[in-house]
Amino acid sequence: MPGTVEPPVQTQSGSGIGRRSETALIYLLSLGGALVLSAALVAATGQSWTGMLGALLDGAFLAPGRWGNTLAHAAPMLLVALGMVIGVKAGFFNIGQEGQLLIGAVAMALVGTRLPGPGPLLLVGGLVLAAVTGGAYAGLAALMRFRRGVPEVISTLLLVFVAFQVVGFAITTDWFLRDLDPNRPSQAVTSASLPASVRLPVVTVFGNEFHAGFLVALAGAGAVAFLLARTVPGFKLRLLGAGPNVAQQAGVAVARAGSAALFASGALAGFAGAMMMAGGASSARLTAGFSNEIGWQGLLVALVARSRPLLCVPVAIVFAALRTGAGFLAATGVDRKVVDVIQALLVLALLIPPAVQFLREQRGTVTTAGVGEA
Amino acid sequence: MTTAPRLDQPVVELLGMTKRFGNVVACDGVDLELRAGEIHGVLGENGAGKSTLMRLIFGLALPDSGAVRIDGIPCHIGDPVGAAEKGIGMVHQHYSLVDALTVWENVALGETGPFDPDSTKSRIRDISERYGLDVDPDAPVRDLSSGIRQRVEIIKCLSHEPRIILLDEPTSALTPAESEQLFEVLREGARTEGWAVALVSHKLDEILRATDRITVMHHGRVTHRTATAASDVPALARAMVGRPVPLLAVTAAGDPDGRSPAADRMEEDPCAVPDPPVLRIAQACVKAEDGSVLLDSLSIDVREGEIVGVAGVEGNGQTAVSDVMAGLLRLDQGVVTVGGEPVPTGQAGAMAAAGVAVIPADRHRSGCVLGMTVAENLMIPILDRMQRRGLLRREAIRANALELIREYGIRTPDPDTPLDRLSGGNQQRVVVARALSASPKVVVAHQPTRGLDVGAIEYVADRLRHAAGEGIGILLLSTDLREIISLADRVAVIHRGAISGELTRPGLDMQRLGLLMGGKDVTEAPP
Repeated sequence: MPGTVEPPVQTQSGSGIGRRSETALIYLLSLGGALVLSAALVAATGQSWTGMLGALLDGAFLAPGRWGNTLAHAAPMLLVALGMVIGVKAGFFNIGQEGQLLIGAVAMALVGTRLPGPGPLLLVGGLVLAAVTGGAYAGLAALMRFRRGVPEVISTLLLVFVAFQVVGFAITTDWFLRDLDPNRPSQAVTSASLPASVRLPVVTVFGNEFHAGFLVALAGAGAVAFLLARTVPGFKLRLLGAGPNVAQQAGVAVARAGSAALFASGALAGFAGAMMMAGGASSARLTAGFSNEIGWQGLLVALVARSRPLLCVPVAIVFAALRTGAGFLAATGVDRKVVDVIQALLVLALLIPPAVQFLREQRGTVTTAGVGEA
Repeated sequence: MTTAPRLDQPVVELLGMTKRFGNVVACDGVDLELRAGEIHGVLGENGAGKSTLMRLIFGLALPDSGAVRIDGIPCHIGDPVGAAEKGIGMVHQHYSLVDALTVWENVALGETGPFDPDSTKSRIRDISERYGLDVDPDAPVRDLSSGIRQRVEIIKCLSHEPRIILLDEPTSALTPAESEQLFEVLREGARTEGWAVALVSHKLDEILRATDRITVMHHGRVTHRTATAASDVPALARAMVGRPVPLLAVTAAGDPDGRSPAADRMEEDPCAVPDPPVLRIAQACVKAEDGSVLLDSLSIDVREGEIVGVAGVEGNGQTAVSDVMAGLLRLDQGVVTVGGEPVPTGQAGAMAAAGVAVIPADRHRSGCVLGMTVAENLMIPILDRMQRRGLLRREAIRANALELIREYGIRTPDPDTPLDRLSGGNQQRVVVARALSASPKVVVAHQPTRGLDVGAIEYVADRLRHAAGEGIGILLLSTDLREIISLADRVAVIHRGAISGELTRPGLDMQRLGLLMGGKDVTEAPP
């Protein structure tokens, strides 16, 4: 076709490098702002603000044994984030991981404290059952979505509160999970502790201990990245998320593939819950607050990592570091409430840059798509 | 300001209105005069510039040049608020109602001044009564049929007491009875209140029935002006499809450049028995979720190597046909057979597996995936060949992409470039390449050249001819008559979800085509 000159590529604002350094600058500004506010807050409550940053870093990485602790916290968050990524790539937003994680923990507690058998078998069985129940729990949302058109964002969210009730019922019911040992250390209502033989093996590196769950989560990140980028099922999921009509044409049935994505997403969260328990969280007992907001924070990890599975690894470690660092800071005498505010400020600071980027991209699409019709 | 209108007085005068979008001239030096007490029909095909003209009057678009005079006074209308101050009201083609709100709430949305539900409701009741527009002010809009919604739009417009009323394709979602009722209201208003009404439509019969004066537009220009009483359907049809008006002998429109292999074959051997159809759509019926009829017992056949053009004004079921063939829409009744085998409709992948490829009108909705790379888009229909035991074969994917990029002249820096970085014309090439590269038996092309520049249009047309030459059956859905004429061996006209008539080439009767598109089925066209 001679005579027509068409620009091969639409110009985009800014080069890749310029954009990257801009992103770095936004991160720097928002994190710096959060730290300044935090310091001011610490100073205002009569503590030494100079020690704050040091305490955060000590607690997260530098003090003896701390980074192992951080990695142990990062593991379930990473799994939850990976589940979120799978859902988002397929175009479905499962935001109920906090609940699916709890359901997984219930399954683990049930297998580990109520069933007889050799420890390693119970451990593996519990993890598998947790993944299945967590997936099935998210599957409820899929069922409602594809049978009745209930948006999964709403149903997964609301199922979290149902999961809390399930846990409450389980740990207060004798035949279910309630700890019947009269000599139990605490009067709080919990399940029995997982026997030592049903716990995850502990890895020790340079005096830092963390349970093997982190390695599993790390492998999971690699597996999800590979699945999405290099396999046919992963391609179909991305196709479904990026162009549902084209996917339908190409034979990807929305209901089936979407259900699979939601199931996988819930299974990862359920597995994370079982892993937390087998890793010794809450003294390996199911308690009312067992999930400890890991499910919510995992969502934020996926958000900050902009749904890139491998990027979820460092982001999950940073979020875990905020938790462990904040815990350490509280131990130095700073009021727990102030510590919570500081943690929230830092999380917010991490969320601002992806939000800015997202908004900018949206605006980009609007301007390119908004060419007037004749 | 509302002095008693003198009838026949020009209220709105447009002089040389010109509006460009990029290098497309939507309105090219258009003059128009709306008079008090008159209904003025503005007739033309899709894209003739009718809507743009209305938007210019209403301040939704600003002219590049030209002048507006209202009551003889030159004025500038910068936005709809300014237009409303001058007494102009507009009823839009696409409803602008909020589904979740009730009728009176929707009317109140457009009001200035204090919020007073009771006065709004009583005003709605007044208008309803005066013009016979029966609407319950408390009904939620989401429960209303399209006919009633249109009434609400009109009430919304009338609640500002306009004296100049612009209606942009107001009847596109109405039944004939509902349309007739609307025209009653307009006539009544024009007669008793002296409204100056502009009625935009592509339907010949309603323009003839409802208006006093007609302006016909084609490609942004006025091609014909007449008093309604002095005109008839054939004259309007000719003007609308763009043949110069003085040309009287518009009977056959053989286009010497636009031969397809099937036409050649037929010419060589006129006695040849037609091949069995490779695609047959029989008695297809589809209703939309809101109950409106999308396809009404539509039947059409396409043979191997044949290009069947389906002409028609937009919104008469073309999208439904294309969606059914893409497997996105399920037929309520009827059958689709490909190569003699019935294919389930609305089932993921079934159409593609049967050998149907679709080039949709809205490529961003169902043609390509903007968030994926060029190579990924190109591999979608041949996923089976691009994998081994569930793993993607990256070299094969890249090779496939490079080959199609070369063959179809897709201008992209790299196969791994995200599709949304490509220009529209190149995105369309990706869509065409994908549709044709999967060795389909049938290609359904819906507006395949919309929005493309001249060179790209010619390219896509060549590709379709070439595909037909290889024995692929092609169903071409288009509102662009030139496209249909230059490509199709056989032309069918779609109207209200059914095929209203078929014309064969050579000897394509343009006049009859225009009539059929306007919803008139006249077998005998006057000479």
